[in-house]
Amino acid sequence: MSFWEYANPKKFMETSSWLLPWVAIGSLLCLVVGLIWGFFFTPDDFRQGSTVKIIYLHVPSALMAINAWLMMLVCSLIWIVRRHHVSALAARAAAPIGVTMTLIALATGALWGQPMWGTYWAWDPRLTSFLILFLFYLGYIALWEAIENSDTAADLTSVLCLVGSVFALLSRYAVNFWNQGLHQGASLSLDKEENVADVFYFPLLVCIAGFVLLFVALVLIRTRTEIRARRISALRARQRLNDTSPSATPKEA
Amino acid sequence: MPDLGKYADAVLGSYAVSIALIVAIVALSLWRSKRVKAELERVETETSGQANTR
Repeated sequence: MSFWEYANPKKFMETSSWLLPWVAIGSLLCLVVGLIWGFFFTPDDFRQGSTVKIIYLHVPSALMAINAWLMMLVCSLIWIVRRHHVSALAARAAAPIGVTMTLIALATGALWGQPMWGTYWAWDPRLTSFLILFLFYLGYIALWEAIENSDTAADLTSVLCLVGSVFALLSRYAVNFWNQGLHQGASLSLDKEENVADVFYFPLLVCIAGFVLLFVALVLIRTRTEIRARRISALRARQRLNDTSPSATPKEA
Repeated sequence: MPDLGKYADAVLGSYAVSIALIVAIVALSLWRSKRVKAELERVETETSGQANTR
């Protein structure tokens, strides 16, 4: 069986219909367990106090904000190279979820920044590149809405996605590129020395799993909706064509 | 409820904003899915009805 079979809308609808409930249940379980564990059963940090509890929302949402755009990038490349409609529709479906994740990361970052840095906002490299990523998300959604022809919209938004990927990667690595600003380095690392302490690390992993599964569940729901909306447009176009074709006009007696 | 001390506003505010945004995107996605599904069923009935009358 080939991966490209899922580019067939019928196959995608079949597979996603049985996959969706499992992903949704997994997401709900991980989010409930991870957030309750993190909020109620982890200690305060010796420096940051109780604000460390914001990590269970801030890190997973920031991670998904960047990865949602990277998923859109892969889908856009598939659209550009292979012209599979499902991939273009999946990219379109992911954008509102990505913008929500970016907004959560920006809001929780600001609320965390105020007590720790003394300000809600600073023109720090990571914060600024994240704000630009947020604006790219808005532009991407607006471009899809502005163009009536779905193939043209998919072409143009794919190009926008390629350009925006620079900022998605920049927001991930800004701390490494410019060793300045308020934002600290990555909270998660393969190097155990750089990682957050185990007591915060495990509930954080559960929350990240919850956010990843939530993203997948929402992408599946929204892609299914986009496929259905596309079918409505196709049926209406066919209906219009039938109405205006000569065979549709009644014969005179 | 854990004692959040002087940072209670920041922590509770973060959770409130995040949960509200997550609930909003889930509700919007489900609402649109339901609406489009109903619309597709209506259009399919319409078009199949038209095809039968020809």
